[in-house]
Amino acid sequence: MIMRDSWIYYRDLLSELTKKEIKVRYKNSYLGYLWSIANPLFLALIFYFVFKVVTKVQMEKYTLYLISGLFIWQWISNSIMIGSNLYISNSSLIKKVNFPRNFLAISLTISEGFNFLLSIPVIIFFMLIYSEYPSWNWLIFIPILLAISFLFIYSLTLLVATINLFFRDMERLVGLLLTFLFYLTPIIYPISMVPDKYRVLLYLDPFAPLVISWQTLFLHSQLNIKFFVISTVYGLFFLFLSTYIYNKLKYKFAELV
Amino acid sequence: MIRVEFKSVTKYYTLLNTGGIKNFLFNLFKHIKSIKENRILALKDINFTIKDKDIVGIVGKNGAGKSTTLGLIAQVLKPTSGDVIVNGKVAPLLELGAGFHADLTGRENIILNGILLGMTKREILSKIDSIIEFSQLDDFIEQPIRIYSSGMLSRLGFAVAVHTNPDILLIDEVLSVGDSKFQAKSKEKIYEFKEKGKTIVFVSHDIGLVKELCNKVIIIDNHKVIYSGAIDKGVEIYEKL
Repeated sequence: MIMRDSWIYYRDLLSELTKKEIKVRYKNSYLGYLWSIANPLFLALIFYFVFKVVTKVQMEKYTLYLISGLFIWQWISNSIMIGSNLYISNSSLIKKVNFPRNFLAISLTISEGFNFLLSIPVIIFFMLIYSEYPSWNWLIFIPILLAISFLFIYSLTLLVATINLFFRDMERLVGLLLTFLFYLTPIIYPISMVPDKYRVLLYLDPFAPLVISWQTLFLHSQLNIKFFVISTVYGLFFLFLSTYIYNKLKYKFAELV
Repeated sequence: MIRVEFKSVTKYYTLLNTGGIKNFLFNLFKHIKSIKENRILALKDINFTIKDKDIVGIVGKNGAGKSTTLGLIAQVLKPTSGDVIVNGKVAPLLELGAGFHADLTGRENIILNGILLGMTKREILSKIDSIIEFSQLDDFIEQPIRIYSSGMLSRLGFAVAVHTNPDILLIDEVLSVGDSKFQAKSKEKIYEFKEKGKTIVFVSHDIGLVKELCNKVIIIDNHKVIYSGAIDKGVEIYEKL
């Protein structure tokens, strides 16, 4: 009975924290939810102009490629960016109330993932422009990729949120690293343009396998097994690392925020 | 029944001021050593017990260690050494607006805050009318709380905290904000809690209020408990400090 009760409690805690995140994000803006779609689309427009119109990158379906990478990137980078400041911005709560602190990271990751889900119809719209249609196998692959993406993004969010309490330079460092990794990850250029001797970077950059998996799904309606497996390995690695660090340090949170 | 027991509890805070990158790089080993030594004492070898039906006032000067004691009871802090034993559900009465989100309405904040304090959603929804009535916020309850006055915020916070039905209610200097009508209501609620066999721990500088509400007092001075016991003698000692 007690187990069941605590399960209901954790479910409620998670759903209310997530709802709060979703509600307050755009509460006072006129365009509201459109912003989460407008941002990547506007970036896509800029990159389209620079790389397709001006420098003439040779690639079919470049627009579709761009936005499928930019939307998943937005989920990753928003969660990690907001996550680096997560515990500090909730300091008054952490100082007083004893609730599982990692739920803040889970709900942040879910609310950002919700934005990503809403962007899938936009991606489908661009597919239709290229006279392409979503395939039935999306119904299997999308949930699988969502699960891995969640695991991966939650772990990194928890990791930077925790470390930032002890090492406040983390927040600045994260901003810099995200910019660096954005250009290292094949989002604005296709993998085929990466010279062979730099291909290894696609495996070393932890974000690349995840982004490539989503791009393959949206462009070819296939699961890129190799990169999917690599991103799962990265996801599990970061999950263990962040859970270990979080469990070691969680008792110190209230002293440091 | 013993609700809270402190057994030779000592608490140090570690300071993490870095002294910048230059200091960090050039004196790496010295720096790591200094982090270990750079500790601030908050509580030294504290012993006391709090039983049910106790209304305990914790008094002392600024920086004596009162809030640290509350943090240890709420179990957001861990003692450096010694044991803190807590039997029962603790509800901290949050400082103004903590755990509230300014853009959400009073009603939405009741749900969020109630959940953070350990209630399930079903529990909150069954009590929400009573919470709203207790808070006396009336029509304001549908407004975002950024337009609330500080008195309204503390009423809302107090209303949620007492409805979590805790065994131990922690109050940190917030009662003084509401108007006299609400203060009277809060005091009534505190006595009602006492009748139900609950425990209240109350931190304050206002010795008058402590005298009025509490039946026991713990005096913390210079990180140590110098008195723990009946209220009258405690007030005498406190006034000589």
